[in-house]
Amino acid sequence: MNVLIIISILGIVAMVSEIFGLRKSIWYIVVATLTGAFIINLNDWDTARRYYDDMVFIDNYAIAFMGLLLFLAFVWFFLSKDQYESDQFNTSDHYAQIIFSLTGALVLVSYANLSMLFLGVEIMSIPLYILAGSRKKDLASNEAALKYFMMGAFATGFLLFGITLIYGVVGSFNLSQIQHHVSEVGNLPLMFYAGVVMIMIGLGFKVSAFPFHFWAPDVYEGAPVMISAFMATIVKAAAFGGFYRLFSVCYTDISGHWAGTLSIVIGTTILIGNTLAVYQVNMKRMLAYSGIAQAGYLLLTLLVLTNASANALIFYIASYAIATLCTFGGLYWVIKFRGNDALDSFKGLGKSNPILALAMTISMLSLAGIPPAVGFFAKFYLFTVLLEKGFMPLVLLSVLGSLISVYYYFKIIIKMYGTASDDTSTLYISIFNKAVLIIILVAILAIGIMPNFFLGIITQ
Amino acid sequence: MNQLTELFAPNLNNYIILCSILFTIGVVGVLIRKNIIIIFMSVELMLNAINLLLTAFSVHHGDSSGQVFVFFIMAVAAAEITVGLAILVMIYRNTGSVSIDSLRNLKW
Repeated sequence: MNVLIIISILGIVAMVSEIFGLRKSIWYIVVATLTGAFIINLNDWDTARRYYDDMVFIDNYAIAFMGLLLFLAFVWFFLSKDQYESDQFNTSDHYAQIIFSLTGALVLVSYANLSMLFLGVEIMSIPLYILAGSRKKDLASNEAALKYFMMGAFATGFLLFGITLIYGVVGSFNLSQIQHHVSEVGNLPLMFYAGVVMIMIGLGFKVSAFPFHFWAPDVYEGAPVMISAFMATIVKAAAFGGFYRLFSVCYTDISGHWAGTLSIVIGTTILIGNTLAVYQVNMKRMLAYSGIAQAGYLLLTLLVLTNASANALIFYIASYAIATLCTFGGLYWVIKFRGNDALDSFKGLGKSNPILALAMTISMLSLAGIPPAVGFFAKFYLFTVLLEKGFMPLVLLSVLGSLISVYYYFKIIIKMYGTASDDTSTLYISIFNKAVLIIILVAILAIGIMPNFFLGIITQ
Repeated sequence: MNQLTELFAPNLNNYIILCSILFTIGVVGVLIRKNIIIIFMSVELMLNAINLLLTAFSVHHGDSSGQVFVFFIMAVAAAEITVGLAILVMIYRNTGSVSIDSLRNLKW
């Protein structure tokens, strides 16, 4: 709870810092506060408490997710430092929006009441509509902002209609009362199932699952690159945290009614995401489709809903998010110096910028699920959890999807090391930024080599 | 006269049907209209249908939390539409139009 309050205050401080002439030091304030919040968050471990008349419930699941989100935001601020130091941005305004969005993400993984779910989704999304359009003169950025806004508002409508229908049946927004109603009262009217499906549609938009994925590539392509990185990692992680919490608390007893629908959604998401990613010539669009495919793998955990699957979800999303952040961080430098985000602008990077190329390579290996990167163990653990409950066809489909994904991830690696380029200019990356990339790289490999150590921490 | 009042007495099912129809009109409006302002209005219609339904359920259950939720929705919808209109103004300055058709740069 303290973490939520600290991060909200940090957002307000960031917003007014320009007035007090703190523009140069705001980055340091933000990073220091995030570190502090991370430690305070871990301090609450194993003390599950409910706050504000059962609006917020901070248990180990919420703490693990909040720690992950804070860590990802911490890494994000290091990667995006260069972008916001150039003069064309109002740094503190952007930082304030990002931190408000982070506040929403934290609410979204720790709610115990459907009204907090709604508020979390909205607090997380509204700043991002602004940030997606933060290049005011750039038509692509404008278009991305409008598309994101309309899809977001539309999805909110569905989410709210679902919440309303469930309220109509149960008479309360409280998760534990809904759970009680589902397991004790039974004999639920059709309206309740309609509500469950509506909420699935609303959250499916947020995590970009198959029938509702079409906005993601356009928005990622048009938005500024580090904002796309924020949307692809932190927003997705929070949306999954909220999605999983709702289903594991409330709908476990009626899983027979929605598991079939969800399986079809998962299967098509994995196939469509991986297949369309093969045809992309633009790096951001390729990452968007890869994100859609990874959302399919993450949705698999909703079919099991045990402690083991919650661990698998957190481990998988951490591995996906850290590798994707690293990729976007590398992409930022390529766009900055080569001027476009086509796959061809990665040509010859292995020779001119070995460190950047190495970081990108390891991230790609992790996303494709090749050992020793962490992505392999995340996939392995996820599939083990599923196979124990017997979801053979879906696991086979996921493995097939991973095989397809190897093609488009390796395409980047081959471009970086294999092909000569006309443009062999070196990208000038400062020592600071190189160090950040190397630390992420080491983290991906270290967790990949010793997964049991980190899995042990989460399982406790 | 008594029969008329009974026929038009607001019972819960009527509210559910009315709100579902309003919500559907909103969804269809978002999907088929080209003018961005009309699309925003359709989104508002969806949210207002939800507000009406929430209030009806709230009275039905004798529980005030549904009506409090309506205030949340109104406040958030106002904040959301403010951002939406700001984005629209930005687009109008760059393209001189408020039609969806002016935005077709991003596709594969």
